[in-house]
Amino acid sequence: MSAAPILKPGNNEYFEHDADIGVVGRGATLEESFEAAARATFAVMSDLDAVHLVDAVNLEFEEADIEIALVRWLNLLLALSHERGLVFGRFWIERDGVNWRGGASGEPWRRDLERGVEVKGATLTMLEVKQDRDGWLARCVVDV
Amino acid sequence: MDLSRLQRIDAWRWTVPLAPGEARGEVRLYGSRELLATMDDKVIEQITNVARLPGLVGPAMTMPDAHWGYGFPIGGVAAFDPEQGGIISAGGVGFDISCGIRCLRTNLQLQDVAGELPSLARELFEKIPAGLGEEGELKLNPAELDPVLIGGAQWAVRQGYGSEADLEFIEEHGRVAGPVVENVSALAKKRQRGEMGTLGSGNHYLEVQVVDRIHDEAAAQAYGLRQGQILVSIHCGSRGLGHQIGTDYLVSLAKAATRLGIRLPDRELACAPINTPEGQQYIGAMNAAINCALANRQILTHLTRKCFTRLMPRAVLETLFDVSHNTCKREHHVVDGKKRLLYVHRKGATRAFGPGHPALPECYRAVGQPVVIGGSMGTGSYILAGTPSSEEQAFSSASHGAGRAMSRHQALKQWRGRQLVDELAAKGILIRTRSMRGVAEEAPGAYKDVDVVAEATEQAGLARRVAFLRPKVCVKG
Repeated sequence: MSAAPILKPGNNEYFEHDADIGVVGRGATLEESFEAAARATFAVMSDLDAVHLVDAVNLEFEEADIEIALVRWLNLLLALSHERGLVFGRFWIERDGVNWRGGASGEPWRRDLERGVEVKGATLTMLEVKQDRDGWLARCVVDV
Repeated sequence: MDLSRLQRIDAWRWTVPLAPGEARGEVRLYGSRELLATMDDKVIEQITNVARLPGLVGPAMTMPDAHWGYGFPIGGVAAFDPEQGGIISAGGVGFDISCGIRCLRTNLQLQDVAGELPSLARELFEKIPAGLGEEGELKLNPAELDPVLIGGAQWAVRQGYGSEADLEFIEEHGRVAGPVVENVSALAKKRQRGEMGTLGSGNHYLEVQVVDRIHDEAAAQAYGLRQGQILVSIHCGSRGLGHQIGTDYLVSLAKAATRLGIRLPDRELACAPINTPEGQQYIGAMNAAINCALANRQILTHLTRKCFTRLMPRAVLETLFDVSHNTCKREHHVVDGKKRLLYVHRKGATRAFGPGHPALPECYRAVGQPVVIGGSMGTGSYILAGTPSSEEQAFSSASHGAGRAMSRHQALKQWRGRQLVDELAAKGILIRTRSMRGVAEEAPGAYKDVDVVAEATEQAGLARRVAFLRPKVCVKG
């Protein structure tokens, strides 16, 4: 197993996994690292720079465990994306203790948007959310 | 994989030496030295973790196509006894609950369709929703979805998708018992709204294939297979509903395991004892997802038939078999001479009942259950038959695919989708896709050699080869 980072266009960061994909989010704050992990996840499915931000969704949840919170954040975004037929290109999240509020904006799928591979869900594998001297890191394997 | 960590049982079976008390059961890896050498060390770690789970019966196993997954390895098989604290694990089933293969045999020979293949490829690509963001024509609100989750393929047949004859050749006659629709979240049902009759993406596909080689004449005859015959394989699962059930229960079971005092070596093995409310709740939801997948493949079968008969009105497509490879099934097995009720997790592994099993259709009972090893789009697939030996050593389980040999990122570095499509077209294989990136990630070279996997499956006694199928048209999800 190699967890060496792989940089992709758009500065999204990934790590190797045989069948699925490891996504990495980094940021100065915990919230920024979650937003970056969401960008890395959705960039598996499309070119986020080409996504028009014409529709938005909001979400909130309660979670004390910050690692489980990362998984729930990504999975709620994936669920809303699939439920509404939207592809997201921008993400935001705020934390107030155990309460998390966030959202995303994007547009309905259109034929000329690049289609990658569908992300089915974020897993607890290689799940890690931690702060180091460079800031916050949030990562896990997503099932594709 | 570091082979020095393994102990050889014979040329096709290996174990991992464990310290006394380190695990509840033995670990067994199937495959040749060459296959195991290409696997990631994580496969050993993951299957050893499975061997530590409560109530394990027999060995925790990996099939010859195994690779690193999440929680369980892909190709992982493990059986648990509910009366001995045995568990049910959402990570042991996966997100794509009841992903599997429906195989259809036609009355057509390659020469009958050769001139029609480009038209057939276009028709299938237009009519079978495939890839990200593609929805089916059928839209079901949550209330309308409940009968699907209860009735499975039987519901689909009642709605006019296919015929009663299909049901005989689907596991559990197209409907697994014990779905509990109340255990399926509203979000899961909403995600499925436009997803009935869709392939999905990733490694999912619909493939038109030709029988290229017969290995076992008697079994081929029982399955209605002959050289040069056209078959269709549909690989997909329970779509958004299954993904959301996996998501919902992965987190809730991980929390339940802590509450129930189960020490998880990996949180992804999220589980609960079968005989607890938490375990039963997941089982009810999982069974609903299995029925959703069976209905989905039944609708896709119907759409495929329409495409064929529109171009070739005399075409007849019969269901050869439908088998899932991401499930946990309640089955009876003989262990140490005693018949026991077990919950058998197969994550990326196919059930493979041997000859004489009462669950098999009568016309297959003498030769065993059809088993499909789906290969990559450029190489081919195998149909095999279940064996008595598989029942004795592996709870009737076998390989499910070629198995990935490299990551998606590595594949993207090596191949370009457009180039692959052109190269395969030159070899007479027509690929239709909305995702060139997806084609590159699914490049034939990114998978293990399917011939080697099928041979290892046979040599280990898990299933025996019946026929090799070569792809002619592939609609990629």
